[in-house]
Amino acid sequence: MNNASLSHLRGKTAIAGVATFGCGESPGYSDMDLLANAARRAVTDAGLTMKDIDGVCTASVLATMWPMEVVEHLGINARFIDGTMIGGSSFVAHLMPAMLALESGQCDAVLVCYGSAQRTSTLNRKEVARARRRMDPQPYEHPYQPMLPLSAYALAASRHMHEFGTTREQLAEVAVAARQWARLNPDAFMRDPLTVADVLGARMVSDPLTVRDSCLVTDGGGAYVLVRGERARDLPKPPVYVLGSGTAVWHRQISSMPDLTVTAARQSGEQAYRMAGLGPADMDIAELYDAFTINTVLFLEDLGFCAKGEGGAFVADGNIRPGGSLPVNTNGGGLSWGHPGMYGIFATIEAVRQLRGDGEERQVAGANTAIVHGNGGTLSSQSTAILGTSATV
Amino acid sequence: MNDNAINPAGPAARVYAETLAAGRFRIQRCQDCDSAIFYPRELCPACGSGDLHWFAPSGRGTVYATTTVRRKEEAGGDYNVALIDLEEGPRLMSRVDGLSPDAVCIGQPVRARVAVEEDQGVLLFDAVEVDRQPEKDHE
Repeated sequence: MNNASLSHLRGKTAIAGVATFGCGESPGYSDMDLLANAARRAVTDAGLTMKDIDGVCTASVLATMWPMEVVEHLGINARFIDGTMIGGSSFVAHLMPAMLALESGQCDAVLVCYGSAQRTSTLNRKEVARARRRMDPQPYEHPYQPMLPLSAYALAASRHMHEFGTTREQLAEVAVAARQWARLNPDAFMRDPLTVADVLGARMVSDPLTVRDSCLVTDGGGAYVLVRGERARDLPKPPVYVLGSGTAVWHRQISSMPDLTVTAARQSGEQAYRMAGLGPADMDIAELYDAFTINTVLFLEDLGFCAKGEGGAFVADGNIRPGGSLPVNTNGGGLSWGHPGMYGIFATIEAVRQLRGDGEERQVAGANTAIVHGNGGTLSSQSTAILGTSATV
Repeated sequence: MNDNAINPAGPAARVYAETLAAGRFRIQRCQDCDSAIFYPRELCPACGSGDLHWFAPSGRGTVYATTTVRRKEEAGGDYNVALIDLEEGPRLMSRVDGLSPDAVCIGQPVRARVAVEEDQGVLLFDAVEVDRQPEKDHE
């Protein structure tokens, strides 16, 4: 394994602007409309104009040449373009190429942007799944009709329960904690009280995961702007520095995952920690892509917040709830805030808001460091970022 | 075309599908590093060799992970999806047949069976009774 720490990049770039738009339900808006509105607001938040943007990172679950559409639609003359599409972790993974482009002088301001109208789109999600089975076949999985991606996560949960005695109640605690955070966030899509019994009693989809173990299906756009650190200090908002970044992919299909209880987050996390010169004990908050309740358990373990196999007990002990030892998914996460198809950018945006002190009722007091973790596919791609306030550089 | 059918695109995939349609289960082995390989492909994912030969695996395997996909009764009811570890090493997705889906357990020994319908082969697994050693008499 390559041991380059990339520590020379620590703190060299900063997120200067963030925005979301149309999260929840936005009938009548297309993916691009949501993206464009989020993009303009993020650029304004950064104290810049669209003319200042000369780098773009973006990805789409539907369009194969999406970066060109985004460049055309927004009228950007891009000197740096990255359209790496590795599922929901893409917008966390975009940090590294964007940092390298800024540091090399290839460009001066990178817009990372995304939009999805999946909830209210006239293009039915079943139609999308059907088209994908034709265009991107998985001939060694599809004949058995797994409900993808959910059944893949259910298989991982079954294995975790078998090896470590993790219980459905412990998984449900992940959803309950997410809901408690969402109840502090007026922007969250689901804010009604939720109990462990509610999660266990919800409609079973693919054992052991119920519909309440699963992320929501919402619309939404999100964007952030990355610039060099010295420039960020002259812009209006408090800079949020990128201290560490790492991405790892070990497989695509769940049947090709080497060990269903160990994700590539172990590798991406190690890389990010090494670059930042920090470890799990240094993290004030964690934004961990919770597509399903098992994700949070796996990532808490693989990112070093507890030992392998102890994630269920860690969660059930109340550690990740508001007031717990490790605030996790402080906006309510994919489980309760919302999940517009690919959540990684929204996890990043929430970390920035917390580090700026803009978290309002859900603000974690004195948060200076955040770990953001994105997941894509069927536990396939893992990307970790460590962000920090000016006190950390 | 059935959207769920194996689409035998490519030489290795075609050999696999045609063999399966004839009722036989064959997988590849790398002649350079001896790795057994599933799914069929052009290069050994362990060492990069292109020298892969087909062979008949024993068909014995173990359930590595399992889920019951819930489906309405009128659409055919619940069904099993499992990951099976073959005795030779590779893991694959399949369905354990002949048991109620919720009776499929991790660690369950299974044996491969090829079901052929409408000129298409599908690899399934049946539960195997665990061989019990005769109990010794207590003295």
